[in-house]
Amino acid sequence: MSLVIPNLLSVITFLPLAGALVILVLRAISRKDDEAAIDTNAKWISLWTTLATLALSMVMLLGFDRTTTDYQFVEKIHWFGPLSYHLGIDGISILFVALTAFLMPLCILASWTSIKTRLVEYMIAFLILETLVIGVFTALDLFLFYVFFEGGLVPMFLIIGIWGGKNRIYAAYKFFLYTLLGSVLMLAAMLYMVNVAGTSSIPELSKFAFAENAQPWLWFAFFASFAVKMPMWPVHTWLPDAHVEAPTAGSVMLAGILLKLGGYGFIRFNLPMFPQASEMFTPFVLALSVIAIVYTSLVAWRQTDIKKLIAYSSVAHMGFVTMGIFAGNQAGIQGAVYQMISHGIISGALFLCVGVVYDRMHTREISFYGGLTNLMPHYAFVFLLFTMANVGLPGTSGFVGEILTMTGVYQASTWTALIAASGVIWSAVYALNLFKNVMYGPVTNPKLDGIKDLNARETLIFVPLVAGTLLLGIYPAFIFDFTTVSVDALVGVYQAAIGG
Amino acid sequence: MDLNLGLNLALPELIIAVGALVVLVFGAFRGDKGMTSVSALCGVVLIAAAYFAAFVGHGTAFSGSFVIDGVAAFAKVFIYIAGVFVIVLGQGYFDRVGNRRFEFPILILLATLGMSMMVSAGDLIALYIGIELQSLALYVLAAFRRDDPKGSEAGLKYFVLGALSSGLLLYGASLVYGFTGSMNFNEIAVAAAANQQTGLIFGLVFLICGLAFKISAAPFHMWTPDVYEGAPTPVVAFAAGAPKFAALVLIARVLMGGFEDSIEQWRQVILAISVLSFIVGGLGGLMQKNIKRLMAYSSIANMGYALLAIAAGTEYGVQALLLFSVLYMVDTLGMFAVQMALSRKGQPVETVADLTGMSKLSMPMTIVITILMLSLLGMPPLGGFWGKYYIFGSALAVEGLWPFAALGLAASVLSAFYYLRILKVMWFDAPTGELDKAPAEAKWIAYGAAAFAFPVAMLALHWLDPLAQMAASSFGLK
Repeated sequence: MSLVIPNLLSVITFLPLAGALVILVLRAISRKDDEAAIDTNAKWISLWTTLATLALSMVMLLGFDRTTTDYQFVEKIHWFGPLSYHLGIDGISILFVALTAFLMPLCILASWTSIKTRLVEYMIAFLILETLVIGVFTALDLFLFYVFFEGGLVPMFLIIGIWGGKNRIYAAYKFFLYTLLGSVLMLAAMLYMVNVAGTSSIPELSKFAFAENAQPWLWFAFFASFAVKMPMWPVHTWLPDAHVEAPTAGSVMLAGILLKLGGYGFIRFNLPMFPQASEMFTPFVLALSVIAIVYTSLVAWRQTDIKKLIAYSSVAHMGFVTMGIFAGNQAGIQGAVYQMISHGIISGALFLCVGVVYDRMHTREISFYGGLTNLMPHYAFVFLLFTMANVGLPGTSGFVGEILTMTGVYQASTWTALIAASGVIWSAVYALNLFKNVMYGPVTNPKLDGIKDLNARETLIFVPLVAGTLLLGIYPAFIFDFTTVSVDALVGVYQAAIGG
Repeated sequence: MDLNLGLNLALPELIIAVGALVVLVFGAFRGDKGMTSVSALCGVVLIAAAYFAAFVGHGTAFSGSFVIDGVAAFAKVFIYIAGVFVIVLGQGYFDRVGNRRFEFPILILLATLGMSMMVSAGDLIALYIGIELQSLALYVLAAFRRDDPKGSEAGLKYFVLGALSSGLLLYGASLVYGFTGSMNFNEIAVAAAANQQTGLIFGLVFLICGLAFKISAAPFHMWTPDVYEGAPTPVVAFAAGAPKFAALVLIARVLMGGFEDSIEQWRQVILAISVLSFIVGGLGGLMQKNIKRLMAYSSIANMGYALLAIAAGTEYGVQALLLFSVLYMVDTLGMFAVQMALSRKGQPVETVADLTGMSKLSMPMTIVITILMLSLLGMPPLGGFWGKYYIFGSALAVEGLWPFAALGLAASVLSAFYYLRILKVMWFDAPTGELDKAPAEAKWIAYGAAAFAFPVAMLALHWLDPLAQMAASSFGLK
């Protein structure tokens, strides 16, 4: 019934890269003095490439069999040694691929006019980033995963460093080195695992029982990498810097997708491969999670920079994710996956909202703004919707993830759930406070006079995001249809391994 | 009969030796204006030697002092190829700086011959002859710009410290001979297994120290930054890659062939040198402003990693060593080719600050440097990453080595600082002034090296991996 495309996952993964190559070749062969045309070309090629990737990912969603736990669309070619080029998706990773493909065209659109220098390189960096990120979710070989996971650092380093704000170089370094330090530990663990198990295939490694005395070390090595990516308290400090300095689309990518690599990693590696260690470290992770939820919410409350506030709120929301994952039960993991997808949309949208006023006023200081409802009613509506979604208002997608992770954690650890629940209040405190300060009251700053409301392009960006937030909030089964079987299998394996 | 067989096995070396002498006579008649044809001839000689090195049979010759096995053949082919590229680079370089001298390609040829001897050495005499032949040629090459104070300094430093290391080596060799009564690695192994004496270990340590000098491993690294900075760039491009490859293979052969059963003893020494190297290399590079000095520290760090594979003492370790060396050699060759390709108003680009704003001046070159730097940093999926994949994989496969592997990986984050600094000035800063047009040969070799680092290496490993594995299996380890 559905369209069958051979090697669909390879095509989806590498299509953006092909787009980047086309842009590069076009630039190399076009006349040097025709920069405007080159830039326009680059923009349109990027947009069409990302849209094509989105279309293909829709084909993938439609062709996906939701009743089986097996990996689907599998491709496997022997590479060298124990390694192979091995792609495949299950009910969890497919959603992240779709999320990436969904956010990417919006990132391109958001950069349409706001990037004024070196646009060609910018578009190429984003397309390469898309390939690498999708690759992380489709890779089923340990080292293929690592290649994509680690490779993503480079384009992001360049995006922050070239098109970022004032303090961009510091932020770029911090981002790169923090993440690198986390992932070299993971590399060591991977090498050890391949050596012991004799295979680098993720599905096979998930079935391999690692020795109980090695598990805590391996678990910790993976944890170090993913916790930094996530980011979990206390290794979250790179995130606010990176967010504040990155261009809008860069922030969308960071918050929307790159942070999810951490959660995805926990689900794909830590839980199934090292179940005993996961169980052992559960109290530790839960403690870090609630600290993140409460502490970073409070920190967010005191921020004077809109982007920084949203960045801290991301850390708090990721606390719900880690909490849900390590609850280790159906509700917790379902909720965590849901929360990640939903946060991908909401936080992406919030950063785009900040981008709208930043493009006009070139500042993100909260005190600079005030009374925007009077000047930008449409914008105020969009901002309010996403603020509410961020708070977790029922009816928006933010609600479902939080309530499910809390339900899951309640079964595992009542106290954690109790404290985490207070996070819902804290998020209301900072989010509503932000909304009040930016949107309500009289317009006191004369510089804001004449600020324009959303234009057609910006409206076009927000429509799918608004639709997505509401749709997922009202009908969460869109997500659960995909995840249920895979999460069931994962929970089954995990619970059996820890004898629970 | 025996001699005849030996000559057959030594065919690549014979080709180079005879070729070097013939070309030398030819050059002496033509003079410096004949450098181009001398270079071309030397290139042909090396290519022919590489061909025969790949297909010549395996065995031992000259009463066991000359060993041809998979490892030797693998190393030779790549060392010869590196030699060809260096001759091409040097031809263009000396042409441009107005220092045409026909001895350059011939000296490269002789150094290559020395390395060839090193990787095939089956006893202590062959080891010493190989090292000295290689070193003497390189001492002369390092001081090739004899009118330049820095060049002379480089040559002198290299020579004095090199002579010192040769002294250590000889002392060690004489101790080993004294305690085992043999020069041959296999016989040493038998004697050492039968009778573990302190004196023998003493000799072994001296041997290792002398060899560590040659690969510029800490604490015997002091000469490296100065020689890299002062010697002509094509010479550095050669000295940074091929001789280290040869010396690493030689270390592996001595330790795993001659002292297989003393592994517990020499492993400690190798590990100490290894850890010290990647820490010194990581820290030392942080404050360097000169690109060549930075590359020197990078090489010290990388030799530290390579030694980890030797410390593993397994067949997989040897395989890791071979592949790492090839991948590393390409990266360094590429990086020095970049240096030869870049100049500003006739002045070579020497400092990191000279690269400022490169991305606005020359996009292809910027991409090349970015790839090479990231490869040296060990970013997947570039060549350097796969080198580290093998090295750390081999170390982690051995019981008790994991703390050293973890330390090495942590040190690689340290050295990330200085590689990133080059990326930073190229991509994030504003340019200072136009660059000259890049000379074709350096430019294309740089492009080629970058293309090898990514994406060729990760595809080529599909074939290189089994090849290296086959080569490594000829050591007959577990």
